[in-house]
Amino acid sequence: MSPAPQAAEGAGSDGPLLGLITSRRVVICAGPGGVGKTTTAAALALEAARRGRRAVVVTIDPAKRLADALGLGELTNDPRRVEPSWEGDGQLWALMLDVKTTFDEVITRYAAGPDQAKAILDNRLYRNISGALSGTQEYMAMEKLYELATDGRFDLVVVDTPPTRHALDFLDAPARLLRFLNNRFFRVLMTPTRAGLRAFNMATQGLLKAVSRVIGGAVVRDAVAFFVAFEGMEQGFRDRFTKVDALVNDPATAFVVVSAPRRDAVDESLFFAGRLDSSGQHTEVLVVNRLLPRFGPAPAVGATDIDGGPLAGLVRNARDLDDVARAEERYVDLLTRRVTGAAVVRVPMLADDVHDLAGLGLVAGHLFASS
Amino acid sequence: MDARAFLTSSRVLVVAGKGGVGKSTVTAAVGLLAARLGIDTLLVDVEGTLALPTLFGRSSPLGYDEVVVAGPARTGGAALRARQITADDALVEYLDDHGLRRISKRLASTGTLDVVATAIPGIRDILVLGKIKSLELDRKAELVVVDAPAAGHAVTFLASARGLVDAVEVGPINQQAAAVAEMIADPARCEVMLVTLPEETPVNEAIETAYLLEDRAQVKLAPIVVNGVWAVLDLPPAAAAAAEAGASLLPAEVESLEAAATFRRRRQELQAAQVDRLAAGLPLPQLVLPQLMTTEIGPEHLGVLVDALADGIGGLP
Repeated sequence: MSPAPQAAEGAGSDGPLLGLITSRRVVICAGPGGVGKTTTAAALALEAARRGRRAVVVTIDPAKRLADALGLGELTNDPRRVEPSWEGDGQLWALMLDVKTTFDEVITRYAAGPDQAKAILDNRLYRNISGALSGTQEYMAMEKLYELATDGRFDLVVVDTPPTRHALDFLDAPARLLRFLNNRFFRVLMTPTRAGLRAFNMATQGLLKAVSRVIGGAVVRDAVAFFVAFEGMEQGFRDRFTKVDALVNDPATAFVVVSAPRRDAVDESLFFAGRLDSSGQHTEVLVVNRLLPRFGPAPAVGATDIDGGPLAGLVRNARDLDDVARAEERYVDLLTRRVTGAAVVRVPMLADDVHDLAGLGLVAGHLFASS
Repeated sequence: MDARAFLTSSRVLVVAGKGGVGKSTVTAAVGLLAARLGIDTLLVDVEGTLALPTLFGRSSPLGYDEVVVAGPARTGGAALRARQITADDALVEYLDDHGLRRISKRLASTGTLDVVATAIPGIRDILVLGKIKSLELDRKAELVVVDAPAAGHAVTFLASARGLVDAVEVGPINQQAAAVAEMIADPARCEVMLVTLPEETPVNEAIETAYLLEDRAQVKLAPIVVNGVWAVLDLPPAAAAAAEAGASLLPAEVESLEAAATFRRRRQELQAAQVDRLAAGLPLPQLVLPQLMTTEIGPEHLGVLVDALADGIGGLP
């Protein structure tokens, strides 16, 4: 996919992010853990609300005080409206993704009736899926995104993605989940339950026995019961996957990669950006967070003048900070060069953690500063 | 406290903490210090990232076979070895040991492994921990230092054994889980060293993780490492200091010194408050490691951290 036509609109005086939050329907924030991704997502949604949009932010695992600030003191899988501190009609809503509840809703939606839904929801294997199957959290984030994007109450959905190395798994999570739900081995096992025992493949039976010996027969029986109960639901899932995929690829959806000037964070961000490119998406804005402020070069004072004198600490500090800032600048350069086509937005390291709307406003001030 | 006694008080040391706090750096520094003291040490990476190998100047992930990452010439004592243990490799080895090698391929190709791993959460963790336990039991090293998964997952990782003992009631997995749980709960065999930063969110998470680990995994906690602590500098007002030193600085230079000092003073204040809050919230001794004035920690920086770690341990009661 070529960059969306709207991409250029943001290049105005308030930085490249303004175009995204005022004209798009969906903004997906991806990036490694510990770089301030959740805060960035919340600040983007806040700014959109201040500019009159009805924005909702989906957070994955906010720090407690940020959750409190957003009115998410307790886990809530439905959007809650944040008390506005701004003029105008804009609204800010927030929710914290509850993977299990979201998955339960999906099952209930596609089950042929309450009996099928109950059989699945009560199954022990199913109860483990949301916590143990990799990609489930990512996929449920997308499922929630689709639900909100088609909810008439909102003009803009900002999504924070899970802080894992596999944060971009949502791009292929649908396919993987479907592959799991359509597990070939268990399909084979189930065949005899309908066509009679003669169809039961001896090799499969041997494998099953071996598996039972290692993990216990109860676990295997649970698994078989799960796949039997799931029978007939694939089409509903497949149709939904197609729609979620179309939404992610829609020109009204934008990707923002958040990073920090640390080697591991830079490596992961470059990986994310490459991954987006290879699946036909595009990083529109790259946010580099937690940059040290620049204070200008340290004065060229000779060592003899400062050694042990009253200036020693001051000069050492200025040199230390300048060294780090220069090294950070090399990372920004690297990111700028390698993530082609993305506008780069810098956010300095803030003195305090963000735990209220005022703090989010401060972050927004940096995100939307004139470039 | 004597550093050698400290590092040999248990045979497995699991280094855990939230992403970005410097777990791998601490793992490497602990390993180098142990090796310097002549302790035969093995580092174990369970995530297959580049974080640990990069610290030893390697550009590809560690493999399942161990390698020497720092020889005696570099450590000044024993050789330091490192390897990776992933669930997939550990599973193949496990099946092999249980006479099930020929089915392992089919398990993987039919997607059955995914189903099993989902049906029994924690099974992947137990395979990795089971392998670490055999290294410990077979005395493959005097000290095994494990670079654990990121914070939230570290609790699940170490609590997996207790959970599995209940979930799988019989069979080899049950035995494996019971043996791992036994190792984790034995302070002479296993301890967890938490790593945090002197910042609000990492401190909160460290306190929370510490209590979860004690409750859910019943593991002994080693002193907590506070990484990235900025050296406290004497920062008098810049204009007065310049006058006192008799240095002829341009007004712009004085201004930039003062701006940088203001930033640093605030940082120092904040970090002192967070270190105090950590001490109040978590009654564990602290080992402080300095913030290195670099964005890219490599082999050349580890010496500073090893020395700081040795000093910190030396200062423990």
